[in-house]
Amino acid sequence: MKRLSIVILLLDLFISANAQKYMTKNGYIGLFSSTPVENIKADNNQVASVIDISTGEVVFQVLIKSFKFEKALMEEHFNENYMESDKFPKSTFKGKITNPAAVDFNKPGHYDVTVEGDLNIHNVTNKVSVKGSFDVVTGGIEANSKFIIVPEEYNINIPTVVRNNIAKTIEVTVAMKYAPVGN
Amino acid sequence: MRPLICAFFTFLIFPGAFAQEDLMDMINTKTSESINYTTATFKSTRVMNGHSVEKMPPGQLDVRISHRFGTLNSGPYQFFGLDQSSIHLGLEYGILKWLMAGIGRGSYEKTFDGFAKFTILRQSSGARVMPVSVSALSSVAVTSAKWSDPGRANYFSSRLSYVQQLLIARKVNQSFSVQIAPTFVHRNLVSTELDPNDLYAIGAGGRMKLTKRISFNAEYYYTINKSSYMNQTVYDPLSVGFDIETGGHVFQLIFTNSLAMIEKGFIGETTGSWAKGDIHFGFNISRVFTLKK
Repeated sequence: MKRLSIVILLLDLFISANAQKYMTKNGYIGLFSSTPVENIKADNNQVASVIDISTGEVVFQVLIKSFKFEKALMEEHFNENYMESDKFPKSTFKGKITNPAAVDFNKPGHYDVTVEGDLNIHNVTNKVSVKGSFDVVTGGIEANSKFIIVPEEYNINIPTVVRNNIAKTIEVTVAMKYAPVGN
Repeated sequence: MRPLICAFFTFLIFPGAFAQEDLMDMINTKTSESINYTTATFKSTRVMNGHSVEKMPPGQLDVRISHRFGTLNSGPYQFFGLDQSSIHLGLEYGILKWLMAGIGRGSYEKTFDGFAKFTILRQSSGARVMPVSVSALSSVAVTSAKWSDPGRANYFSSRLSYVQQLLIARKVNQSFSVQIAPTFVHRNLVSTELDPNDLYAIGAGGRMKLTKRISFNAEYYYTINKSSYMNQTVYDPLSVGFDIETGGHVFQLIFTNSLAMIEKGFIGETTGSWAKGDIHFGFNISRVFTLKK
């Protein structure tokens, strides 16, 4: 009996140790704001993220200072006045795939998913539900998504002087290519 | 049997409970791993009259209009100085990440000036710690006012003066930055034999942010070997004022005892004194255009 329980316990550890994780440190997130006055676009190519396909959990970490703008002055205002990057250097997302049964990470193909979780920007955390898709390809997983963020919901105040230059909603584009992590 | 079943289930739950924190730890970049360069030590390339360590980023053009009115003590007839004015126009361009250049023309002695400012060190924290930002400024000025005595042998070289400055600044925290500027001014021709051709000065300036877009700035240049200018006593320039930033413009409102807006003018040629009320109100307007993306 004792030997059987030891075997069962060992089997247990073996199963949990096999949880497959996929990671990237060069993912892409883009921001886009469109107003009649001007368009503002920023690209971040250093987004880090991990997916645990056994649990459907997804985490993202974004360094705010890694967002690059075409106009240096825009980048300075973004960091100094709006995002206060010295105080809050990172933005994070911790969430889960709501419909894990719809995705088979072991079979190549295209899967539409909804991911729900906590999005932390500018030290404010809001629960969000985001639609996206996973493409399982040889060698890894690709994830894509487009969703809207409202800056005011994250305490990002835009003064009346430049109110017409920045849209009330910002379009966020996510494009990631994950590779498996040896566990 | 029962304690065994409990242990069995504990092993099942144990790895799952820490999953999200575990995942986040895998990608967590500690701030100590990367170099974090300090940005925006000052809101513009000037503290008040004098330069700050800030430069124009490459491809950006700064159009500057600076204005100094007459002195407040000129009385109500001169509308406390507002009737008189001295102006300076400048175009300043960022050439490389570490180099900017500018040209200007001021009504003070009808002077044309040009300068180059380059970065030597950048303040940073994280993987590499540098406590200060250091920039160097080199400028030349040419007066173009008519000679006071055309009968004399006047040389073009007499119109020239040169300024070399080391700008050392530190962004102490989000609201407060401070700068020290050892300065060397060389004037090819001075009014009398007693006036030195070479002037040595140390500038001290700083800014205190009052709101996200408004800061209070102050600047003082201690001129070590000042003597006189045009037979008048020379005082050290002291300037105080506000920086107001609005989108693409920075407005600097200034109260100063100097009329000139370039180094050669306000160091060694300031004949106004705060104690006597020789205070000029003025402003610098800076508008940035992106020429090359």
